[in-house]
Amino acid sequence: MNGFFDIPSDLQSSYLGLISTHMQEALVPVLVGLLLALPIGLLCVRVNWIYPPVLWITTVLYAIPSIAFFVVLIDYTGLSKTTVMIPLTLYSLVVLVPAVVDGVRSVPEETNAAAAAMGIGSLRRYLQVQLPIAVPAIMAGLRVATASSISLVSVGSLIGNQGALGNLLTTAMLYHRPLLAVNSVVTTAVLAVLVDAVLVLLRRVLTPWQPASGRRAKRRTSTIAGAARTPESVS
Amino acid sequence: MNVLNFIQSFFSDGSHWHGYDGIPQRVWEHLQYTAGALAIAAAVGLPVGLVTGHTGRGGNALAFVSAGARALPTFGLLVLMFVWLGLGIVPVMIPLVVLAVPPILITTYEAIRTLDPSPVDAARGMGMPERKVLFQVEVPAALPLILSGLRSAAIQIVSTATIAAYVSLGGVGRYILDGLYQRNYEKVVGGAALTAILALLVLVLFWAIARVAVSPGVRRRRTA
Repeated sequence: MNGFFDIPSDLQSSYLGLISTHMQEALVPVLVGLLLALPIGLLCVRVNWIYPPVLWITTVLYAIPSIAFFVVLIDYTGLSKTTVMIPLTLYSLVVLVPAVVDGVRSVPEETNAAAAAMGIGSLRRYLQVQLPIAVPAIMAGLRVATASSISLVSVGSLIGNQGALGNLLTTAMLYHRPLLAVNSVVTTAVLAVLVDAVLVLLRRVLTPWQPASGRRAKRRTSTIAGAARTPESVS
Repeated sequence: MNVLNFIQSFFSDGSHWHGYDGIPQRVWEHLQYTAGALAIAAAVGLPVGLVTGHTGRGGNALAFVSAGARALPTFGLLVLMFVWLGLGIVPVMIPLVVLAVPPILITTYEAIRTLDPSPVDAARGMGMPERKVLFQVEVPAALPLILSGLRSAAIQIVSTATIAAYVSLGGVGRYILDGLYQRNYEKVVGGAALTAILALLVLVLFWAIARVAVSPGVRRRRTA
C-alpha cells in the first residue's frame, strides 16, 4: 500500500520539498512582479500616454502560452527554476500594473492636494500617501496574480523536472497512478486557497481604517473587490 | 533576433502548410476547442451572472465559487481528467470551461451590479417588467464590461488550449510539444507565434464586436 503522500523516487524530493519548491517558484515571481509594477505604475500615472502601450505590450506577452515561453527560455537560462519564474513574473505584471494604476488613480484629488500642501514631495507622496490608499486595489490584483502563478508552476513539469507539484502529474501519466494526479491538484488548490487567505488577512492589517463590516455598507459599488478587473491568467 | 529567424523559417517551410500536421489543420482544431469551451462557459456564466447581478443576491456565493475555481490548477485538472476519463475531447473541455467560467461570471455580475441606478429605476418607474429592465436597460448599458469578461475568457482559452496537445489532442500546442521533444526550437517558436497571433485575432474580433454591438450612447459615456 502506497501512502498518499509518498512521492515516487524519480522526483528526488519529499512531499514537503515539492510544496516548498512550488511556493518558491510561484511566489518569487509575484514578488518581483510587484516590485516592478510599483515604478511602472507610477510612470503610467505620471505620464498618461504611456499606459495604453504598456497595457498592449503586457497583453501580447500574456497571449504567449507559458509552455512556449518556457521552451524558448531554455536556450538562455537552461533547465532551471529561473526558466519557469521569468514568464510567471511577466504574467503577474499583466494583473499588477493595472491594479497599481487603478488604485493610485482612485486616490481622491483632495488627498493629493492636502499632501502637496503639507510639503510632501512627489516620491514620498507616492510611497506614503497614494500607495497605502491603493492597498485594497493592489491586494485584489495580488490575489489574482498569486492564484494564477500557483496554478501555472505545474506547467513547468513539461520542460523537465521544473514543475514542483506539477511533476506529480507527469509521473501520474507515466506510471498510470491517478492518485498522484489527485494529490497534485488537491495540494495545489489547497496552497492557493491558503495563500489567498493570508493575503486577505494582510489586507486587513494594512488597511486598519477599513472596518471589516464597512465594506458591505457601500451598496452599489463592487462587492467583490477588484473583480471587474478581469484576471487574464494563462496556462 | 534568434526568435525572429525561427519564426521566419517555420512559416516559410512549405511542409508546414499542408496535410494532417499542417498549420491550417492545427489552427482549425485550435479554434474548435476554443469556440466550444467559450460557448459552454458563456452558456453557464452569462445567465447566472445576469440573474445574480440583476437581483443582487448570491454575490458572496459567486465570489466563493469563482475563487475556488481559480484555485484549481488548469494543467493539473487536464491531466487528472485524462487519467480518469481517458482520451477524448471531454477531458480537455472540462479544464478549459472551469478556467473560463469565473471571469465571465464575475464580470457579468459586476457589470450589472455597478450600473448607474438612475436609468434602471426610471425604467422600473415607467412600469417596465423586470425582464425588460434587464434586457433592454441593464444589458445594453453593461455590454462593454460583459464583452471584456468574455474577451479575457477567450484569450485564456486560446492560450491554454495549447496544453491539449499534452493529452494527445491536436491544436497549435502540437507544434510546441512536438518541437520540445524533437529539440526542434523552430517548431516551438512557430507554435508559440501562432498562439499569440490567434490571441491577438481574438482581441481584434472582440473589438469589432464591441464596435457593432455597443450602443453609441453607451460608448460615448465610456470613453469620456
